[in-house]
Amino acid sequence: MAAPNVVTADTATESSFARTPAIRWVRQNLFSNWFNTAVTLALAYMILKGLYSFASWAVFNAVWTVEGTDTRPCREMSGVGACWAVIGEKHRFILFGIYPFDEQWRPLLAIFLFLGLYVVSAMRAFWNRWLAVIWAVGLTLIGALMWGGVFGLTYIENERWGGLPLTLILATFGIALAFPLSIFLALGRRSNLPAIRALSIVYIELIRGVPLITLLIMASVMFPLFLPEGVSIDKLLRAQVAIILFSAAYLAEVVRGGLQAIPKGQFEAADSLGLSYWQKTAKIILPQALQLVIPPLVNTFIGLFKDTSLVLIIGLFDLLTSAKGALLEPAWLGFGVEVYFFVSVIYFAFCFAMSRYSQNLEVELATGHKH
Amino acid sequence: MPPAHSTAKAANRPMIEMRDLNKWYGDFHVLKDINFTVGSGQKVVICGPSGSGKSTLIRCVNRLEEHQQGQLIVDGIELTNDIKNIEAIRREVGMVFQQFNLFPHLTVLENLTLAPIWVRKVPKKEAEEAAMHFLNRVHIPEQALKFPGQLSGGQQQRVAIARSLCMKPNIMLFDEPTSALDPEMIKEVLDVMIELANEGMTMVCVTHEMGFARTVADSIVFMDKGEIVESAPPTEFFAKPKSERTRLFLSQILGH
Ligand SMILES: Nc1ncnc2c1ncn2[C@@H]1O[C@H](COP(=O)(O)OP(=O)(O)O)[C@@H](O)[C@H]1O
Ligand SMILES: [Mg+2]
Repeated sequence: MAAPNVVTADTATESSFARTPAIRWVRQNLFSNWFNTAVTLALAYMILKGLYSFASWAVFNAVWTVEGTDTRPCREMSGVGACWAVIGEKHRFILFGIYPFDEQWRPLLAIFLFLGLYVVSAMRAFWNRWLAVIWAVGLTLIGALMWGGVFGLTYIENERWGGLPLTLILATFGIALAFPLSIFLALGRRSNLPAIRALSIVYIELIRGVPLITLLIMASVMFPLFLPEGVSIDKLLRAQVAIILFSAAYLAEVVRGGLQAIPKGQFEAADSLGLSYWQKTAKIILPQALQLVIPPLVNTFIGLFKDTSLVLIIGLFDLLTSAKGALLEPAWLGFGVEVYFFVSVIYFAFCFAMSRYSQNLEVELATGHKH
Repeated sequence: MPPAHSTAKAANRPMIEMRDLNKWYGDFHVLKDINFTVGSGQKVVICGPSGSGKSTLIRCVNRLEEHQQGQLIVDGIELTNDIKNIEAIRREVGMVFQQFNLFPHLTVLENLTLAPIWVRKVPKKEAEEAAMHFLNRVHIPEQALKFPGQLSGGQQQRVAIARSLCMKPNIMLFDEPTSALDPEMIKEVLDVMIELANEGMTMVCVTHEMGFARTVADSIVFMDKGEIVESAPPTEFFAKPKSERTRLFLSQILGH
């Protein structure tokens, strides 16, 4: 009978402890004198007022549905209430682009497969050989779903892919391939072999010096000019390659920053044990260097995720492009705010998840061997 | 006495031979005509003022530094630019650093088994058994699953010694192994080194621990300004140093 008593006593003390310092903090920091009190109250008023206006637009005055494409109720509330009906009507176009309507369960499933792959990869228990197998199987399934032509699925050429799956494809392959490439570039830039070092430097500086948009345009317009007659490389693939090559140059400098932070003693200890260059790099240097640069790495990954939207320049239907496309129908012209809000939420969800995960990972990896 | 006999016989086989070794850092002549031989089972202590080239000398032995002139033969293999030779020598030569240089992202046990598993291709289980054996020998088997950052300096240095021993080296190099330690931890590290010396390991040790040198060393080498000034057995070295520079150095480090 003693145990529950103890627990109650504990909770009681804890909450009273939690409350007192909180109140003290508020008094000391927000209401310490008449000026601070005035500023606090003024700011509180402005914040609450802002929240209230947003809520009235987004919730209280919002129009949630309309009859067919009769958007008059929306237009009447224009500027006062959001027209979420446009999302209800257009969300499939935004999410899947011009993928055939009756087959859109396939890209939907592909999205969930991607999410599943992300979750599995985030779990450290899977950080072994199995992860490669899981990804191989996952990507094969995604490919089979998107293209079809197998298991009785009709074939859909990738010109018709669009929306969120396309964004996820560009971002996932972008990160998954640019990251390893960037490691080789960063190592190359520090190599003792002059040819390899020069090549890495030229590559990094050249690619970093031009905007992604120019690379995408070059990949889609100029590159085909150099190909022999009759040979053509898929537009999606060209854009994907451009994104990979571009991101790799940026990531390489991030990785190099990590490599430079590793003390000389670590290299010497590894050398003195007889480890080869690659053993030393893989087992000693990279694990430490990459851990150090998790924040800027993830920063670049997040940038890459959002930069995939630049493929709209060359006419690929990623999430942002299909959102824009959804607004072209005359009935829905002018509801851009709602549509862009919707896609922003989607972008934010992915980027915020990356950011939170990286922060957890940092803490997890740091426990144990902090000096 | 068979052990003494075999030591004496083995001592004839040179483990490290430097012949007219020279090294420069740019214009700076850091090692000047070094002639230096360490026989199998011999313990050599190197001392000398800071900046005299002691670290550079022993770091040439496992090619952490490259010499530019002269010959260096380690365990019968001549050190050239051939990476195969360099790696072969590094497998046979253990090194202990002033700053320990343990791998902070690996546990103590992983620090010890990494090289045997990847370089010597020892099966993991076997490597772990050997690692525990050597942790016992440096008297800290209970720390196997900790990370280096959780250990004291003395414990870290003993792990570093065990890490080198796990590669079953023929030669051990020590570069001021106790200089970064708090005074109360110096003894625990020196004790481990004395045990190792008594087991017949070939050792080259840069240190200013003259008590250690007196008990363990077969010969003491004094370096100054990139030269070997004097080399003698401890009794002779301390009793009647030949050069003025040695006398001055000894009076400085034994003086207080
Ligand atoms: N990488 C280097 N580049 C240039 N000079 C160096 C380098 N390493 C050491 N030196 C110089 O070489 C000399 C000998 O260094 P070192 O062997 O570390 O001396 P010790 O170990 O006897 O204190 C010192 O004067 C030092 O400044
Ligand atoms: Mg030194």
